Amino acid sequence: MTSDLRPKLIGARVQRVEDPRLLTGNGEYVDDIKLPDTLHVAILRSDHAHAVIGEIDKADAEAMPGVIGIFTGADVNGLIKAPTAFSRMPKYQATPLTPLADGRVRYVGEPVCAVVAESRYLAEDAAALIMVDYDPLPVISRAEDAASDGFAPMHEGHESNILVQREFRKGDAAEAMAGAAARVSSRFRMYRRTPVPMENRSYLADYDRGRRKLTLWSSTQVPGVIRDALAEAFDVPGSRVRVVAPDVGGGFGSKTSLYPEELLVSILARKLGQPVKWTSDRLEDLTATSQAFDETVTAELGVDADGRLLALTAEILGDVGAQSIYPWTAALEPMQVAGFLPGPYVLENYAASVKAVATNKPPGGPYRGVGRPAACFVIERLMDMAAKELGMDPAEIRRRNFVQPDQFPYRIGSGIVWDRSGFTEGLEGAIEAIGYEALKAERETARAEGRWFGIGFASYAELTGLGSRMSAAPGMPINTGTETATIAVDATGAITATLGIADHGQGLGTTMRQIIADELGVGVDDITVVQGDTDAITHSTGTYASRSTVLAGGASHLAARALREKIATAAAFMLDVTPGEIDINDGLVEAVGTNKRLTLAEVGNAVYSEMGRFPPEMRQDLDLTATRFYDPQFGTTSSATHIAAVEIDPETLMVEVKRIAIAEDCGRVINPLIVDGQVHGGVAQGIGVALYEEVIHDENGQCLSASLVDYVVPSAPEVPPMDVVHIEAVAEGTEGGYRGMGEGGTIGAPAAIANAIADALAHLGIEITEVPVTPERLYRLLKNAEASRA
Amino acid sequence: MTGKITICLKVNGRTYERLAEPRILLSDFLRHEINRTGTHVGCEHGVCGACTVLIDGESVRSCLTLAVQAEDTEVTTVEGLGEVDDLNLLQRKFREHHALQCGFCTPGMLMTATDILSRRQRLTEAELRDALSGNICRCTGYEHIVRAVAEALEETLGGQA
Repeated sequence: MTSDLRPKLIGARVQRVEDPRLLTGNGEYVDDIKLPDTLHVAILRSDHAHAVIGEIDKADAEAMPGVIGIFTGADVNGLIKAPTAFSRMPKYQATPLTPLADGRVRYVGEPVCAVVAESRYLAEDAAALIMVDYDPLPVISRAEDAASDGFAPMHEGHESNILVQREFRKGDAAEAMAGAAARVSSRFRMYRRTPVPMENRSYLADYDRGRRKLTLWSSTQVPGVIRDALAEAFDVPGSRVRVVAPDVGGGFGSKTSLYPEELLVSILARKLGQPVKWTSDRLEDLTATSQAFDETVTAELGVDADGRLLALTAEILGDVGAQSIYPWTAALEPMQVAGFLPGPYVLENYAASVKAVATNKPPGGPYRGVGRPAACFVIERLMDMAAKELGMDPAEIRRRNFVQPDQFPYRIGSGIVWDRSGFTEGLEGAIEAIGYEALKAERETARAEGRWFGIGFASYAELTGLGSRMSAAPGMPINTGTETATIAVDATGAITATLGIADHGQGLGTTMRQIIADELGVGVDDITVVQGDTDAITHSTGTYASRSTVLAGGASHLAARALREKIATAAAFMLDVTPGEIDINDGLVEAVGTNKRLTLAEVGNAVYSEMGRFPPEMRQDLDLTATRFYDPQFGTTSSATHIAAVEIDPETLMVEVKRIAIAEDCGRVINPLIVDGQVHGGVAQGIGVALYEEVIHDENGQCLSASLVDYVVPSAPEVPPMDVVHIEAVAEGTEGGYRGMGEGGTIGAPAAIANAIADALAHLGIEITEVPVTPERLYRLLKNAEASRA
Repeated sequence: MTGKITICLKVNGRTYERLAEPRILLSDFLRHEINRTGTHVGCEHGVCGACTVLIDGESVRSCLTLAVQAEDTEVTTVEGLGEVDDLNLLQRKFREHHALQCGFCTPGMLMTATDILSRRQRLTEAELRDALSGNICRCTGYEHIVRAVAEALEETLGGQA
C-alpha cells in the first residue's frame, strides 16, 4: 500500500460541500416542502398554567370558510397509544405524551385544539374564535413548592410532584469535610433557558392510503427515534412509517425530543387523507419547545491547606416542567448535573442528592451541554471561592487538582470514568493563548484606574460519543450507543454513503466524506452522503449528545475499509494481480508498480453490468457494498479550559466580555474550520447563558419572555473575538481517535464569565451565584452589599 | 377572511402576478405564492433578520412588510445573488470562512451584508458587528461571519481610500 503518500483529507480545512446549496437559497427545510392539497394547522394553546378544561365552543370557528375541521384531545388522543418515556431509575414516575391536552392543561402553551384549514392564515383566524372554558387549579411555579408536599400531584396516579430522585455517594464526604482547611459553599441558581434554533420546529405529514404508509418530514435531530416512536404509537411495522429530516435549521438539543405536534400532524394526515403541515411561530417556540438548565444547586467544597480537594456535597433541585420528556425523561438534566459536578479533578469524597420536580412550565429537555453547564458553573465557582480563601491563583488550584496522566482511567464520585484527555494541557494552552501574565497586568492597570475588570477560568470534562454501555440519558432504556454506515459503489462508479445521523448544521456531510475519501483513496466530491432518512437505513437514532463524529465516523471508517477490500478483490481479478497489490489513489484503482489501472466506473460496470465477467464462485461476495456497525462501548472524554476577561460598566452594570480563549481536546481534528465553528457557536450560546438569556415565568406560570425582544440571544456585538486552541490528544479508545465536541463551548463559557465577573467585583465583596448576570441582578447584588456594609 | 386582490411584484428582475389576500406578508408571498423559499422566516416580529430582503437595494424585514408595499419596487432575495456553480464574492467568502452552519439565518445575513457592501464604506470591526447586529445567527458565534464580510468589503473597496 502506498496510502501513506496520499494527501490526507482528515485534518484539512476542507470547504463544506453543503454550502453552495445553502448560500443560494437552495436549501430545503420542512416548511419549504410543498405537497399538493396540503392542509395547514394552527394550534390553540392553553393560556392557563394549570387548569381543568371545561366546555370548548368551536361553532363559530367551524363555520369559517376554508376551515376543514377543529380537533380536541377527545377527537385525536385515542387514535394512538400515548408515547411514554420510561426509565430504569427507581422512584421514577412517568408521564404520557398526548397530541392535545387530555382534559387538563399543565403549562401555558400546551396544545389544546388543532384547527385545520386550507391556509395557515385562515387556520389562525379560526383559532381566534374558539372559546375554551378553564377551571383553574393551583399553579406550581417554584421547584421548591413542587418538592414540598404542599401541592397535589399534577399527574394522575403519581405519589408526588417529584418525578425522579437519586443519591450519589463516594467515600465519606461528611468526615472529609470536617477535616478541611477551607470550606466554601453557596446556593447556586441557573435559570431556565430555551435553545432557540433559528428555524422554528416544522412538521409535514403525508399518508399514502394505498400503501398504508405515513411519511413525516420533521425538523428533527432524531428521525430514527421519531420513526420508532410513531410506529409504536400507531401500532404498525416500522416499514410503514418514514421520517425524513431534510435540511434542519439548528437544534442544539431542542429537536431531539418527540413533540405533540409531530403526533398531531401524523394523526391528522391519516385521518384526513391529505398532507398536513404545522410550522411553529417564534411565540410557540419560546413557550412550547423544550426548555432547560433550570437548576438550583446547594453545594459545599472542602479543600486542604494546599488547595487539594477533600470533599464535595450537593443538593440538586431540577425544575423539569410539566412532563418527563420523550425519550430522555425527567432524569436527563438534573442527574447529569450530579454526574458531572466533580469535574476533571481528583476527589475521593462526594455526596449528592438529586430531585427532578414537575412544575407548571413547559417540559424540560436537552439543551447543548445538558446538565454540564450548570455542573461546571457550580464546581468552577467553588474552585475560585476556595482559591480566594487560600490566596491562591485560580490557575494553580486547578493545576493541583486535575486528574494526572498516570491516573487515567479515573472514576469520579458519580461513577463516570474519564479516559485520558488533555486536562492540564488545556489549562496551559488557554493560559498561553490569552496571555495570562499580560492580562493580569492589564487588570492591575484597569483597577488602578477604578475600572471593574476581571479574569475568570473554567475547566471541564465531559463524556462524548457514548457507546452501548452508557445511556445518553441516565436510566433511559433506549440504546443510543451504536451507528451504522453503508457505503457502496454503483455501476457508474459513484460512491454513496448512507448514515443514520441527521446533520442540522454541523457539516457532517463534509466531515464524513473526508473520512471516507481518505479510506477509499478518492476525493470529497466523489462521494454522496445520505442521512436523516429512516427509509435509507435499518436503524438510526440521530445527531445529538456530541456523538455523530465518534459513532458515525467510526462506522464510516470501518465500512469504507471493508468496501476498499471488495474493490481490491474485484480489481485484482480484472488486472490479474493479487488484492494486496491494488491501491486506490485519486479515484483510480491501480496495480502497484505497473501501469495497469481502472477507474471506479470500470470496476463498478464490470461487477454489476458485464455478464460473465467474474467466475460464479466470486460473484456472491462481490457486491461493492459494505455495512458496518460501530459501538464505542463507553465513549470518550472531551475536555477544555476557557478563560474570559470581562469589564463591567459601573453606571449601566452591563458586562462586556472582552476576550475569551478556549483550549479544547476533541481528539483528532477532522476539519479545523468546522471545529472552530462549533466552539465559537457554543461559546456564543454560553455568553447568552452567562449574561442575557432567561425564560421568566411569573407566579401564575405566565411566560414573561415570549419574544426575541424579551428573550435576548447574543448578536454580533455581544460576542467577542475568540482564541481557539486544539489540543488534539488522540483518543485511544475510539476508531479514528475522535472525541465529540459539539457541546463544549456552552459548558465552559458561563462558568468562566461568572468567575470573571466575581473577580471584577471582588473588591466589593460580591460573589456570583446566579446566572444570567443581568444588570438588574447585579444592581441588587450591589445594593445588598452596600446594605450589609452599612 | 378578506377578498383577494391582484398583487404584482418584481423579484430578482422577474415580474410575478398573483391573486392573494391584501394582508399577505412579503415573506409569505415570496415563500408560498412564488415559491422562492430561500427567504426564511425566523421570528415574524422583526428581531431575528432571517427574512431580510432588499427593496430597491435597501435591506428590509420581509416579515414586517406587506407584499403590496413592495409593488412598484425591485425586490432582491438570496436567489438573486450567485448560482450554485457561480457563487458571488460574498457567498464565496462565506464558504471560505465557514460563515454558515445550519444555513437558516444565512440568506438574511447575506442580504444585510449585500446592503453593507453596497454602501462602499470602510468599517472597523466594531462598526461591522453593529451593522450585522440585526441578524441573529445561533450557530456560528459570528466570528467567521464577521471575517467573511470584512474580507468581502475589503475586496469590494480594493485600493479605495
